Amino acid sequence: MLHDLDVDVPRGSVTGLLGPSGCGKTTLLRSVVGVQKIAAGTVTVLGEPAGSSPLRARVGYVTQAPSVYTDLSVAENLRYFADILGAPRTDPARVTELVGLTGQAEATVSRLSGGQRARVSLAAALLGAPELLVLDEPTVGLDPVLRQDLWRLFHQLADAGTTLLVSSHVMDEAIRCTRLLLMREGRLLANDTPTALLAATGTTDIEAAFLNLVTDAAAADPSAADPSATDAAASDTARTEAAR
Amino acid sequence: MSLRRTLATARRVLAQLRHDPRTLALLLVVPCALLILLKYVFDGEPLVFDQIGAPLLGIFPMIVMFLVTSVATLRERTTGTLERLLTMPLAKADLLLGYALAFGLVALVQAAAAFGLTIGLLGLHIAGPSWLLFVVALADGLLGTALGLFLSAFAATEFQAVQFLPAFLLPQLLLCGLFAPRASMGAVLHGVSDVLPMSYAVDAMARLTSHSGVPGATLLDLSVVVGCVLLALGLGAATLRRRTA
Repeated sequence: MLHDLDVDVPRGSVTGLLGPSGCGKTTLLRSVVGVQKIAAGTVTVLGEPAGSSPLRARVGYVTQAPSVYTDLSVAENLRYFADILGAPRTDPARVTELVGLTGQAEATVSRLSGGQRARVSLAAALLGAPELLVLDEPTVGLDPVLRQDLWRLFHQLADAGTTLLVSSHVMDEAIRCTRLLLMREGRLLANDTPTALLAATGTTDIEAAFLNLVTDAAAADPSAADPSATDAAASDTARTEAAR
Repeated sequence: MSLRRTLATARRVLAQLRHDPRTLALLLVVPCALLILLKYVFDGEPLVFDQIGAPLLGIFPMIVMFLVTSVATLRERTTGTLERLLTMPLAKADLLLGYALAFGLVALVQAAAAFGLTIGLLGLHIAGPSWLLFVVALADGLLGTALGLFLSAFAATEFQAVQFLPAFLLPQLLLCGLFAPRASMGAVLHGVSDVLPMSYAVDAMARLTSHSGVPGATLLDLSVVVGCVLLALGLGAATLRRRTA
């Protein structure tokens, strides 16, 4: 459950959504793509209500677990999703190259490694060049070289005008984002650039900044840091605008 | 709804089956093997085989298609591909019709194989026209597919989906008139059997067995079965939710 969340994600940015496991990152991302049941609040994406039909070809979504058909080849997976999106016939080859899987295009997904599967899932979200990419922990479990390659790709996409909303529970990825959202127990602790966040908290790394903010939040409002009080909250108001 | 997306979905489901030749072989071989078994179980009583051969020619494919379809759809739900598809410009009907088309094609091949075997090699004698026997067998396979698509929405795991076979199909098998004439059942059970689709599948087959020509009642039974196929597909689309908790 999310509480009092009011966020704007600027277009063409790489916005990182950080926070510990279970803090509501996935819930927020699912609200943005429009597959989450919402009790209260509004979510606006690219000027339209989240999940509305005009958005479905303009938003790419990568779930935490790779969501592709493991019994099909990489090319068969991408051809199907491209058909659904109405993407050009050349798009599967383009995105396969972007994620560095050209050599594995004909391989069945079940024979690929975990990291390769995650990249097939990412490739599927890149089909049709969506304006907003919502990525739920896209780099989890990947080796450092691959993670660096993917972050380079994310910035290339952002430079070309794509908006990226990327979640992670690894704080060292924060520094690679242009903007940061720090979450804890369904609440937003911070919404700023990494440098501004470090300056405001007087810390040198994001992990320290996060801990600092948690302590501050607890001091300012004891109920906010008390999990039982959070669970008891009956209603929530959330307003989220992605790529306004 | 879009024809392109429906056909793309059907093509994808068939590609998945092609990657799994063992499942495909089981789909085609199992109903035939069961019918051969049935023939030789009643080796000394060929009249019994003639009497129940046609109904079972409809029931075996229905059960097999039900199982395969419900597990295939459930897999789509549990692997996250359904959630991905529902964020894409795919109508819910495109997905269900794509599945129905792909498994309908399998049902067609299956019905053709079982029908050819039963009429040809096993020498089943029926009074009615044999082409209608084929049409009813195909409709029964489609019914299994449509019920599987619909009911898989209520299963969270493969274990549950498999349990739906004894929970939903076996009671229908008991009440469909194969074991005891439906008219001889208690009023309540008779009433229940009147609303179960398998009863109409078996009624149609039983009439084909004993009546020559194309009786209107058989066509009526057949249209009830086809109506149930459409109803189950419609309910399947209605229970598919883009937003989940």
